[in-house]
Amino acid sequence: MDLFLQQTLDGLATGAIYASLALAVVMIYQAIDHFNFAQGEMAMFSTFIAWQLIAWGAPYWLAFVVCLVISFVGGMLIERIVFAPIHNAPVLSHIVVFIALTLIFNAFAGFIWEFTIKQFPSPFPSELPFETTLIGPHELGVVGITLVMLVLIYVFFRFTPVGLAMRAAAANPVSAALVGISVKKMLALGWGLAATVGAVAGMMIAPKVYLEPNMMLGVLLYGFAGAVVGGLTSPGGAVIGGFLMGVLENLAGTYVIGSDLKLTFALVVIVAVLLFKPAGLFGRVVVQRV
Amino acid sequence: MNNVRNHRANPADSYELFGVKLPQLRMILLLIGIALALLLPLVLANFAIFQMTQVLVYAIAVLGLNLLTGYNGQFSLGHSAFYALGAYTTAIMIDRYDIAYYWTIIPAGLICFIGGFLFGLPALRLEGLYLALATFALAVAMPQLLRYEHFEGFTGGVQGIDVFKPDSPLPMLNADQWLYYFVLFWGALLIIGAWNLVRGRTGRAMIAIRDNPIAARTMGINTALYKSVTFGVSGLYTGIAGALGAIVAEFVAPDSFTFFLSVWFLVGMVVGGLASIPAAIAGGIFILYMPNISEEVISIFFGNDPSAKALIWVAFGLFLIFTVYVVPNGLAGLVRRFVIRYATRRGD
Amino acid sequence: MKSTRLWASAAAATLVLGIGTAMAENAPGVSNSEIKIGNTNPYSGPASSYGTIGKSIGACWNKINDDGGVNGRKINWISYDDGYSPPKTKEQIRKLVERDEVAFTFQTLGTPTNSAIHQYMNKKEVPHLFVATGATKWGDPKGFPWTIGWQPNYQTVGAIFGNYIVQNHPNGKVAILNQNDDYGKDYVIGMQRAMGDKFDKLVVKRETYEVTDPTVDSQIVSLANSGADVFVNISIPKFAAQAIKKMAAINWKPVHLLNDVAASVASTYKPAGIENSIGIISVDFYKDPNDPEWKDDAETKAWNAFMDKYYPDGDKLNKMNAYGWAVCHTMKAVLEQAGNDLSRANIMKQAANLKQVHVPMLLPGMFVDTSPTDFYPLEQMQMMKFDGERNVRFGPLISAETE
Repeated sequence: MDLFLQQTLDGLATGAIYASLALAVVMIYQAIDHFNFAQGEMAMFSTFIAWQLIAWGAPYWLAFVVCLVISFVGGMLIERIVFAPIHNAPVLSHIVVFIALTLIFNAFAGFIWEFTIKQFPSPFPSELPFETTLIGPHELGVVGITLVMLVLIYVFFRFTPVGLAMRAAAANPVSAALVGISVKKMLALGWGLAATVGAVAGMMIAPKVYLEPNMMLGVLLYGFAGAVVGGLTSPGGAVIGGFLMGVLENLAGTYVIGSDLKLTFALVVIVAVLLFKPAGLFGRVVVQRV
Repeated sequence: MNNVRNHRANPADSYELFGVKLPQLRMILLLIGIALALLLPLVLANFAIFQMTQVLVYAIAVLGLNLLTGYNGQFSLGHSAFYALGAYTTAIMIDRYDIAYYWTIIPAGLICFIGGFLFGLPALRLEGLYLALATFALAVAMPQLLRYEHFEGFTGGVQGIDVFKPDSPLPMLNADQWLYYFVLFWGALLIIGAWNLVRGRTGRAMIAIRDNPIAARTMGINTALYKSVTFGVSGLYTGIAGALGAIVAEFVAPDSFTFFLSVWFLVGMVVGGLASIPAAIAGGIFILYMPNISEEVISIFFGNDPSAKALIWVAFGLFLIFTVYVVPNGLAGLVRRFVIRYATRRGD
Repeated sequence: MKSTRLWASAAAATLVLGIGTAMAENAPGVSNSEIKIGNTNPYSGPASSYGTIGKSIGACWNKINDDGGVNGRKINWISYDDGYSPPKTKEQIRKLVERDEVAFTFQTLGTPTNSAIHQYMNKKEVPHLFVATGATKWGDPKGFPWTIGWQPNYQTVGAIFGNYIVQNHPNGKVAILNQNDDYGKDYVIGMQRAMGDKFDKLVVKRETYEVTDPTVDSQIVSLANSGADVFVNISIPKFAAQAIKKMAAINWKPVHLLNDVAASVASTYKPAGIENSIGIISVDFYKDPNDPEWKDDAETKAWNAFMDKYYPDGDKLNKMNAYGWAVCHTMKAVLEQAGNDLSRANIMKQAANLKQVHVPMLLPGMFVDTSPTDFYPLEQMQMMKFDGERNVRFGPLISAETE
């Protein structure tokens, strides 16, 4: 029973990592109607920027904020510089550019910061007010931050004019343009925000898994899986999906299949969920008009 | 009668480029291509022949992916898994059962057809990104399955399996040349097969499903069946590529078939161009040579500075972006554009 | 496998016959002014963290060339990226051998990648020297007379741990964490060999991880739950550090045996938390330049000076850069010993005739030693225990017999 509880809580802690990245995935999906395969590497790169600032002596929260600003601007620049010229190119061309960005960020981080693992500080206190070995303060903090981000994103898309405009621009660019929404601006803004959410995710993940250029390779699959399992149109669903992946992964690894088939398990979960609920557990079913 | 025939004729046939009618021009280029494919290995060094063989192997895999994506509109990031399945089928048959290498190609293809068909069944319900994710997961999980301890007796586990390169049965060809022609034979067979497939009833159905699935269904096309079969055929092509690749590399191991292999197939397909058969060869060339060129560019710029080696992927990535800018529809698209721009109607 | 033996013995026969006739002629790639050496390393892709070995060796040759080269010849180091993909390694190696015409290859990195070229090198009779992997199969002079390993093989380390457990904790309950690939599994095989039937009796739980896994927390929890009091940790620094941290968080305090790959103060213990790492027992064969133990050591100082001048962008915290320095000097010793007979046969012969050669950064008392029947250059290691500041070596240099 102890093992079960410990594995479940650990799963939630790892799940929070997946959930935070899944939020970034949903963010960009709402803004550009695509996955961004480079999301993980962008988040890793943002985290390295924060690490560098801290290594130069900046206090944590200053580095945190500066990193978010740089990520926001960087995300917008990527959209403006890299994607604007191929706006009308086929979807697959975009995917190739995502892949190219992944390679560039990964290799560039390796070039600048090398591959030895780096400690990244946690903003949370090192001791919990109560005695437990079940969950650490950082893990608890990550769960909290993920939930805060969820609320912010939910409110943003649901209640702010910009958020609504962004969703409209992604879902139907032509109509959106007709009602006076600047699709261009919305795209850039969406990229900026997604990069920012990714940066927060990266800074939450790094203290736990250690910072190095390949930090996000493994997290990305589970982040995508969480987003898809929960539903790409639903930030809340994505977070639940992320937590679910974390917990299921641990329990299956402990009790069912053993640790050497965990990835295969993730594959089965993804295919199974998509089979029975193609729009994800909490996603809206999009009815296509002919 | 005359009118009807004119309708059915390809309107492009009445255009000409450089004073040669398009169908004839196509034929001339095809003949030049065939002559080069047949004769080059007789004069090139063994290493270059080996590279050409690998290009063919990748081209077959890219062609398989192109049948799925280019002609049928389904995404896949999981083709490294089919490639692995084909490669392991061949390696296991040769190593464990002492079957001659040439008997292993068809079984490898068939197993991958079944594998593709079965994976295609659930994939029916998935579209676009969802399918991409499911296949992505397949590619990531495959090396783990190949390493799995309980399959070790079969797969060789983490150590992989050695495959022995066949000797040439013909005295005038060396082993590299022989292997090249062996792969070329399969490549030609599969290209002809693909050409017939996409031009026939099945191909029209595939394309109709890609362009408008709802209309296709209304017209009585069994979309479910066609989509699954396309997945199967695509798996068959990629599986045969894997089988040939195993013989060429003389070795299979889980690390040969990571997710990145799927990525290279995808990149090769897009750079070559969608829905075009010759584009697959361009894709194969790209997959093999681009990393080498990136590496050389880096060493030209940075000499023997050891740190610069880390920048190889940066160069490769920049090159990819550049390619997408210049030829958003792939090289095939570029050729098409060129023809449209410069071809003139006969007699005009 | 039958056919392996068959052609391999044929290759061995041609080698014996070949030596006499090929003696006078230098290998391709050797001129009066230079020696071309080929190499592949993963400079791109998921295994690119190992690329620093190739880079530090390249820097090492730059230094040796600046100092006048080897016997007056400069080393022309051609190192290609293979992205850790075996088919790519094959292609790059054929390019090196057939187009660039290197004299031999040296330190090609990775087990699957070297497996892909194992047959080719031996058929072509090109020396395939000091491969950068610890698999046992590289020490097979009869079957593969042109291939030789370098570092103590993974099974040796596994065996050292196995023997240690049998001697010191005969009634312990053992838990194992290993990377799910050839490296991880070879350590476990070494343990199994050393422990015999005790292995099944003592090992209560075994877990694995994939390099792509985000964390090993779940595995550690399962291992701790097994009630084990000895923990054998076969992981790379990233996961070793995660494991140490998690063990502290859940208060699991077994005897912790950590493999050499992660036995580093700077790249494992520090990120994991120094206080969490005290008492960890590990094993190694070369000096970790960041360990305060070697602060005033002349060899370490020389290495530091080298890094500053020739590989300033390299990370001094990464002990793989010291590994590169040591193996590069082993190669240099072979070439010096070969003198002016730089035929492939003689280079291979000298590589298999290193008698008690000391190369910098090996632990005191350690030597590189090979013979025509012993293709395992390094077979000794020493155990050590982390005292909160440095890894304190204890006990003699141990060698575990490898068959």
